Amino acid sequence: MNTALTAGIGLKPVHYEAAMDCGADGLWVEVHPENYFVDGGPRLAWLEAIRGRHPVSLHGVALSLAADRSPDPGHLQRLAGLARRIAPALVSEHLAWSAWRGAYHPDLLPFPRNGEALRRIADNIGRTQDALGRPIAIENPSHYMRLEGHAWDEIDFLRELVRRTGCRLLLDLNNVFVGARNLGYSAADYIDRFPADAVVEIHLAGHSADPQLGDSLLIDSHDAPVAADVWTLHERFVARAGPRPTLIERDDKLPPFGDLLAERNRADAILRASMREAA
Amino acid sequence: MIDMSSLAGFQDGFARALATQDRELAVLTRQPGFSVYRNTVMKGCIDALQANFPAVARLVGEPWFRDAAAVYVRQELPRDPRLLFYGAGFPGFLDRFPPAAELPYLSGVAWLDRLWIECHAASDDEAQDPAGLLALAPAALGATIVRPRASTRWKWFDALPVYPIWRSNREAACSGEAPAWKGTGALLFRCGATVQWMEAGAAHCAFLDACAAGCTLAEAAGAALEADTQADISQLIAALLDAGALAARSQPHARKETS
Repeated sequence: MNTALTAGIGLKPVHYEAAMDCGADGLWVEVHPENYFVDGGPRLAWLEAIRGRHPVSLHGVALSLAADRSPDPGHLQRLAGLARRIAPALVSEHLAWSAWRGAYHPDLLPFPRNGEALRRIADNIGRTQDALGRPIAIENPSHYMRLEGHAWDEIDFLRELVRRTGCRLLLDLNNVFVGARNLGYSAADYIDRFPADAVVEIHLAGHSADPQLGDSLLIDSHDAPVAADVWTLHERFVARAGPRPTLIERDDKLPPFGDLLAERNRADAILRASMREAA
Repeated sequence: MIDMSSLAGFQDGFARALATQDRELAVLTRQPGFSVYRNTVMKGCIDALQANFPAVARLVGEPWFRDAAAVYVRQELPRDPRLLFYGAGFPGFLDRFPPAAELPYLSGVAWLDRLWIECHAASDDEAQDPAGLLALAPAALGATIVRPRASTRWKWFDALPVYPIWRSNREAACSGEAPAWKGTGALLFRCGATVQWMEAGAAHCAFLDACAAGCTLAEAAGAALEADTQADISQLIAALLDAGALAARSQPHARKETS
């Protein structure tokens, strides 16, 4: 485990000041780099100030690695520039696509896991890592529907990307829980099979039930506290794999910073207990 | 027929299914989970527009704004993942949007929200020190070129009180007084980390247009007087310097006269 990082918080502008004032040991923060792709002004100044206080992780949402095209050179250039400026502790992206034929869909869209996708995504990860001069971590997606044409199991697909590119993995346990419930597989089996050696970061977040369909369709909405079942998955994974930097993600219905810090402290306690056991 | 057997074909089909009710794509859209993607894309775009155009949203109310934004999203998806910059066409859209016909100033209010973002995200540069400029002899001063700072934005609206309407909604303040129905301009400038604004006359806007085009201060003053024969040029320059709206001169020497 990166010795400096225990548990972190996804940082939103409304919490900048509270995060600056927070001296919690091991705290780190994560931001979406796309929100800081600006020429200058207060956003970059805030991020640099936060970076002076806490380690920062850059968690991209828009590189569109699973699109059948190379990453946008301008996007890569801006990401590399921000990484030089901020010296992030971690850099990550999603196993998904969003930009396609000149339109950007602000979501993490699915694709059939086949050989063509594997070659394309491995190439795109390679180009990104070359631009950054460092490995990135790839996050497992949420699932809402069955796609035809999967030739690869998701975990095998991720493992093969690690083998081909040297990338690392970001295990999003809420995504595992949501996908397992929506598609009907075992979340516990999934995390037990997940290649723990490649995991450099864990995400925890809240989900919600679809307004029409209820609990039969869960949505990775990041608008609620982490669910009890997801905490159980976290403890299960950490018990097997040991501690990994763990982030509390919250993007909507933002509570006071103190509430997020309390969730973060719960994750921190799980990680520290695991460290003590290992010592 | 859409062939979704290739990755590109799949993405073409999926993107089309997000935007349309094409029956050919029922293999995707008949699953309840597909609507999660459709709703998330729409919500992400509308949320971005609401964040980027707060004065418009406050002016028309959230339900009206989100309905109008949904129409815009269907016409114009973001082209850039930097959602801060989404909505470049939104002011023009509002200008042509029939339900907004009774609010002729709405498009202008959207313009000023847009200029706020441009000011907020612009590169950092140094403001012109007033003393350095005012120390010049009058002839040298007139021949000097001073550009607006990268963050400075201005816009003049003929015959519409856009600025006071925008300002009261941006500041979430309601004076209760209807603004005088006349042309107004706005100046947005960055002071440290904060975007600030003030009313700008037609002369201020013409002066800044000229400075941005690389004219000398004498030429810019001429343009200002053309826009408003009553303009007080030294007061105008002092106000711009005081706001930090002008950039430090990269060239210390005045432009050579060519005639």
